[in-house]
Amino acid sequence: MVAAAETLRRTPLFDRHVAAGARLVPFAGWEMPVQYAGVKDEHLAVRGRAGVFDVSHMGEVETRGPDAERFLQRILSNDVSRIAVGGAQYSVLCREDGGVLDDLFTYRLGEDRYLTVTNASNHEKDLAWLRAHADGFDVELVDRLDDFAMLAVQGPEARTLLAPVVDGALPDRFRVAELRVAGAAALVCGTGYTGEDGVEILCAPADAETIWDAVLAAAVMPCGLAARDTLRLEACFHLYGNDLMESRGPIEAGLGWCCKEATGFVGSEAVAAARAAGPTERLVPFALTGPGIPRQGNPVIGGGEVTSGTFSPCLEQGIGMAYVPAERSAVGTELAIDVRGKHRPAVVKDKPLYRKDG
Amino acid sequence: MADYPKDLLYHPEHDWARIDGDVATFGVTWYAQDSLGEVVFFDPPEVGAQVKQGESYAEVESVKAVSDVIAPLSGEIVEVNEALGDGPEKINDDPYGDGWMVKVRLSDASEREGLLDADAYAAQLD
Repeated sequence: MVAAAETLRRTPLFDRHVAAGARLVPFAGWEMPVQYAGVKDEHLAVRGRAGVFDVSHMGEVETRGPDAERFLQRILSNDVSRIAVGGAQYSVLCREDGGVLDDLFTYRLGEDRYLTVTNASNHEKDLAWLRAHADGFDVELVDRLDDFAMLAVQGPEARTLLAPVVDGALPDRFRVAELRVAGAAALVCGTGYTGEDGVEILCAPADAETIWDAVLAAAVMPCGLAARDTLRLEACFHLYGNDLMESRGPIEAGLGWCCKEATGFVGSEAVAAARAAGPTERLVPFALTGPGIPRQGNPVIGGGEVTSGTFSPCLEQGIGMAYVPAERSAVGTELAIDVRGKHRPAVVKDKPLYRKDG
Repeated sequence: MADYPKDLLYHPEHDWARIDGDVATFGVTWYAQDSLGEVVFFDPPEVGAQVKQGESYAEVESVKAVSDVIAPLSGEIVEVNEALGDGPEKINDDPYGDGWMVKVRLSDASEREGLLDADAYAAQLD
C-alpha cells in the first residue's frame, strides 16, 4: 500500500486535506480524503446545513465543433437536443449490446460546446470510446481532466452560504453558469450527488485552494468520500462499478428514464429490446428490517446480489441496492440478505430511501 | 488521544484482555476503534460459545467496513455486553470501559504468555 501510494494521483487540494487531518485512501487511482471529522457528522451536516467535497478526481471531456450535438446524440443515451445552452443532462454511455460503460453529466456551455463529466475510473475508457466513434463527425474531443478541479457544495444551506463569495446568481438545478467564486473564474453547476440542493464548482487547479478556503470560511463543513457514498445511497443514486457495469444494461438498472431510443444512440436497439421484453432482474433499493449492515457482494436469498450497502446515518439502519429477480422487485417485497452467513430480513423500498419530509 | 492501559494484556490484532482470576474481559484497543471509525453495529456472539485464541468471535462494523474481533485468549463466553446492541458507539467512546465486549471463562492459563504488555503493543503499532 505504501508503494502503491507513490503512484496515486493527488488533487490540487491534497495539502489542504492533510492539514485538516483527513484520512486519505486510494480511490480510482487517486489519493482521496475519505473522512475528516467523521462520516456521521459529515453526512448529517450535508442533510442539515452544508458540506463541501473535493471531487477533483472526476474527469472532463469537452466536445466542440459544428457536429457536437449530432455526435453526442449518437453516443449518449438521453436526448441531447433538449439541452439548452447553459443546461445540464444526465445520461449513460452504452456499448452496442446495451452494457453500461459509464454514467455522465453533460453541460452545454455554448451552441457547439459541451462539457461531459466522467467517473475517474472510466475516464480513459470513455475518451477512447468517444474518439473511436467520432469518424464522420466534425467535432474536436478535448481531454480536460487536467484543466479542472471540482468541488461539490451540497446541503439545504449551500446556496445561502455560498452566495456572498460568488459574483452573480447561482444557477438553478440542472443549469450551469460561468461565475467568479472567491474572485476566481469557475463553472458553477446546479447538480450534485447527495439528494440535497447545492452546486458543483469546476475551476482551474491553481484556483482550487482559494475557492476551498472561501467555502470553508463560509462555515461549510469539509466532507469525505465516505459521507458522499452514504448520502448518494440514501438518495438512491447509482455508483458506477457498484450498481452500474458493462455486463448490465440501463433498463435493469432503473435508468430507462434517461434512455431515448428514438435518437438512435449506440446501443439503442439493445436497450429498446430490453425495454420491450422486460428485464429478468431489476435494481431495487432496500432496507434491512432488523440488525446488520448489507455490503456489496452479499447474495440475496433466492437470487440476486447486493451492489451497494451501508449503514444509513439518517435512517439508522442497514440500507442498500440489489439486483433481484424482476418478479421480486415490487416495493414491499420481503427479501433476505445473506450477510456473511446470517440471513438478514429486508424489504424492497421506494426511491429515494431517505426523503426529507419523512 | 491514543491510550493503552498498563493493567491489560494485548493481542497484536488490536484486542485487549483484563484477567480477573479465571475470567477475562475482552475488547478492542484504542487503535482498533480509531482505525474503524464510528462503530455503528456490534454483532455479539452467544453466551456459552467457545472462543479460541487468535480467532474471530464477533464482528464490529463502521459505516464503511466490517471487521472481525479476535479473541486474545481461549475459553467459554459467560457474559456479553448487551448494551452495545443499542449503543455500539461505546466502543469508540470508552474502548476499555463501557465498550467491553464479552467475558470469557479461560480454558488455558498458559496462553497469556503469548500476549503483549501495553508498551510492547504500543511499540508494534509504529
